[in-house]
Amino acid sequence: MVPLSYYVILSAIVFTTGLVGVLIRRNIIIILLSIELMLNATNINFVAFSRYLGNVSGQVFVFFTLTVAAAEVAVGLAIIIALYRSKSSINVDEFQLLKW
Amino acid sequence: MATLFFSYFSGVIVLASILVVALRNPVHSALALLIMFFHVAGLYITLHAEFLAAVQIIVYAGAILVLYLFVVMLLNVKRDEHYHAQYPLGAVLGVTILTEALLLIVQHSFSKETATADLGATDGKQVLEGNTETIGEALYSTYLFSFEVASLILLVAMIGAIILAKRDLFEARN
Repeated sequence: MVPLSYYVILSAIVFTTGLVGVLIRRNIIIILLSIELMLNATNINFVAFSRYLGNVSGQVFVFFTLTVAAAEVAVGLAIIIALYRSKSSINVDEFQLLKW
Repeated sequence: MATLFFSYFSGVIVLASILVVALRNPVHSALALLIMFFHVAGLYITLHAEFLAAVQIIVYAGAILVLYLFVVMLLNVKRDEHYHAQYPLGAVLGVTILTEALLLIVQHSFSKETATADLGATDGKQVLEGNTETIGEALYSTYLFSFEVASLILLVAMIGAIILAKRDLFEARN
């Protein structure tokens, strides 16, 4: 059986990739995709721990994470469409109304 | 055998997630994410979470990613040629966090001979027998309230998406 720490390492690598993606990309759609990467990294962790502890609660949590991810995508893409309508761009550098 | 499957799935997952962040064209990034979702589903099957593997493919690959591709094609975005100006910050942060996590894990797995000895007490009995039935029982008994809250979240997201994306929802009356 594969040791649990391998799954944790895999999850850490994927999560960090998503984090770096949020920081370095300028396209809002890619930023949302990177958030999906981070959510998937946590899901891998949940399922691995649920398997190794013999407790099904981890998989139920993944189910809820999936629900939140679906809601986040629907609202996020609607926001992107509204932003594109007002500025004709989805570059994050163009949107600085709330920056100081 | 299990190690072979794990190394294949994890290798493709890491490679695809790096491609998602690195590729310039948003459509290519979305397709790399599709490959990553399929391999995460494969990893779930090796972990005996068959129901979640099916849900991963149906919801993530079938619904969420199609939504992304629709928006990418609707907006007709160009390739972005440069990364964000704060990419040195991103690189520093990423490398630091990754090194920290790897150091912690390596230290832990070398300090004990068997890293999972304290965890594998129950040996996955509950998860093994009838995956979907077990999840359903937990979902509709222990987590019933959370389940209802999740449905509320979906309803709010649906209403919010319609209000945000529809053009003249309030102006049309005047």
